[in-house]
Amino acid sequence: MAHPRFAYAPAPESRAVVRLRPSYGLFIGGEFVDPLDGGGFKTLSPATEEVLAEVAAAGPRDVDRAVRAAEEAAGPWAALAGSERAKYVFRIARLIQERARELAVLEVLDNGKPIRETRDVDIPLAAAHFFYYAGWADKLEYAGLGPAPRPIGVVGQVIPWNFPLLMAAWKLAPALAAGNTCVLKPAETTPLSALLLAEILQQAELPPGVVNIVTGAGDTGAALVAHPGVRKVAFTGSTAVGKEIQRRLAGTGKRLTLELGGKAANIVFEDAPLSQAVEGIVNGIFFNQGEVCCAGSRLLVQEPIADALVDALKRRLGTLRLGDPLDKNTDIGAINSPAQLEKIRDLAASGEQEGAQRWEAPCALPAQGWWFPPTVFTGVSPVQRIAREEIFGPVLSVLTFRTPEEAVQKANNTTYGLSAGVWTEKGSRILWMANRLRAGVVWANTFNRFDPTSPFGGYRESGFGREGGRHGLEAYLEP
Amino acid sequence: MAKTAKLYIAGAFPRSESGRSYVVNAANGRLLANVAAASRKDVREAVVAARAAQARWAAATAYNRGQVLYRIAEMLEDRAPTFTAAVADAEGCDDADARARVGATIDRLVWYAGWADKIAQIVGGANPVAGPFFNFSLPEPTGVVGVLAPQNSSLLGLVSVVAPVITTGNAAVVVASEARPLPAVAFAEVLATADLPGGVVNILTGRTAELAPVLAAHRDVEALDCAGAGPELSATLEEAAADNVKRVLAAPGEEEEWSASPSVQRMLAFVETKTVWHPLGI
Repeated sequence: MAHPRFAYAPAPESRAVVRLRPSYGLFIGGEFVDPLDGGGFKTLSPATEEVLAEVAAAGPRDVDRAVRAAEEAAGPWAALAGSERAKYVFRIARLIQERARELAVLEVLDNGKPIRETRDVDIPLAAAHFFYYAGWADKLEYAGLGPAPRPIGVVGQVIPWNFPLLMAAWKLAPALAAGNTCVLKPAETTPLSALLLAEILQQAELPPGVVNIVTGAGDTGAALVAHPGVRKVAFTGSTAVGKEIQRRLAGTGKRLTLELGGKAANIVFEDAPLSQAVEGIVNGIFFNQGEVCCAGSRLLVQEPIADALVDALKRRLGTLRLGDPLDKNTDIGAINSPAQLEKIRDLAASGEQEGAQRWEAPCALPAQGWWFPPTVFTGVSPVQRIAREEIFGPVLSVLTFRTPEEAVQKANNTTYGLSAGVWTEKGSRILWMANRLRAGVVWANTFNRFDPTSPFGGYRESGFGREGGRHGLEAYLEP
Repeated sequence: MAKTAKLYIAGAFPRSESGRSYVVNAANGRLLANVAAASRKDVREAVVAARAAQARWAAATAYNRGQVLYRIAEMLEDRAPTFTAAVADAEGCDDADARARVGATIDRLVWYAGWADKIAQIVGGANPVAGPFFNFSLPEPTGVVGVLAPQNSSLLGLVSVVAPVITTGNAAVVVASEARPLPAVAFAEVLATADLPGGVVNILTGRTAELAPVLAAHRDVEALDCAGAGPELSATLEEAAADNVKRVLAAPGEEEEWSASPSVQRMLAFVETKTVWHPLGI
């Protein structure tokens, strides 16, 4: 925006590929059904505030019906030969690929993130997860969990709004491959891609009840995790809700995996390749508007290069394009909900109040929708809220360090432990740092990379259990 | 009158700061000893000791950790007659049974000693990601683990829950069997003279129901093994443990049969998987 030569002509993706229904029921027993408890809610487009559709809110009786459908389907699904289960899961992967454009546009409409990300990351990775775990379905005896691992039964899965379809894939793919049946609760603000996935499951002729999808708010999720028929709970979301679920499940014998918040340090040493590091920092915190649990929200930069790095970063942020998320040139989309925008604003205000220096990328915010500009705080001290609390928005806090030991100390000075980044040309230092960082994923000279073969999950209050890879099966099998 | 057995914290043998003790009887009712009744403050001291010791223990080579575990097994074998008598008294079994249980305990330590430098190879490895990156996953210790030792199996059960915790580089704060603590007291003496760094294992005697909630609620304890808690206490501990998202092994309905062959599951309960990415390029 600062440079006229970067003015791009609009290049919007057509939304004609998506045919939204005015209203959606719950997906139970292979069909869309009206909720017994009657309620519904609207899902809005964060970029325009338009109502996209009316979605059913599942009450306790609906959750019960979904769990019963999953219980009925559990026996035959588990008894199916692994090679046969695999075929269904492969078919789901293929159908996601075939309907990728439709899913990509729908995800933009419902979430507000840019089409570039849904097209290049969310949807292909979702398909890849189903494809990866499909291949496990007939190889479970090689998963390192004993000669004949068994499915657990009905699993309840509650997912967030930041990567709606991808998180559904992370949950469903390993659960199905392992022979479990599922009740999935998408986030209240982003239910539509899961409901389109339900159509895909019908297309794939997945047996009724193997996957059930109940839309609703937090109380729907609470009813699901508390249901006695659910033998395993998988939750991705905030640490506060994760703790509440862990408390609720105490003494029940239910299995639990939690993928919670983060406050990742992205650590740049003075010998790092500066321009690559800048790209990595941008990708680390401004990918998906920073609405990423593993976002590199704390930049730890070695003192001698701090000024140069921050200058280069600001120059780069000046070239990011914020706006219509359906535009293929857009880098920064809308914030998912007014509530999230309010939280980001509140934390950013606290940064100023507590004495950090605020800088915003020079970009105009659209009049409609929920937006927050890429923001950098310098002069941040470790005690400030913006250095400790997960913001889940496009806000970077910059701290400095002198020695590798200090970098490790500052990076680990958090209750979280999901991810970390290290930028340096020195190989031995990368491994030294990787050893000491208390985080489930360490990206060295890169950031925010994901792959179905690569286990993902946290240390400490970022949760427990892993998703992805062979490790991702452990949550869904009894040894 | 028998002497009062002490706690084992940070490699030393302090009395309980509370000055309390309790009487321990043999299975047949005979008076055996007084042992220290640890207080909440003793638990907190033990956590501090475990925290201080954990990073260095984790940084020791896996080979070295295996050597230390093997050394503990050797020392236990050297004192097998003492342990046999202690187990027979505590558990009320005959000499042959007690000998078998001590033998199984030594075997268990040797089994875990061998795992120290192998577990990463069976649960870690390279991940073939779809891109120009080298990507690998490794198990790392969770940190400080609270261990509620089994109530019945005073030695084999104790070692079966402590060994998997420390093999991978964690430090442990152990609450011994409440009614049968003397084999644990003797085991602490073995640990103190083996090459295990002080603080890696801390052993407290006292009331499980009093001490366990302190561990469950402690913000600097990262995981909890409720083996000796019993289902009812376990449920309240699991709830308290959520405050800092502890990894918890819930108590089983009834105590495990510890003579059965172990699996790697107890080790895997207290490790974290770390995945490291780096680009490939020239």
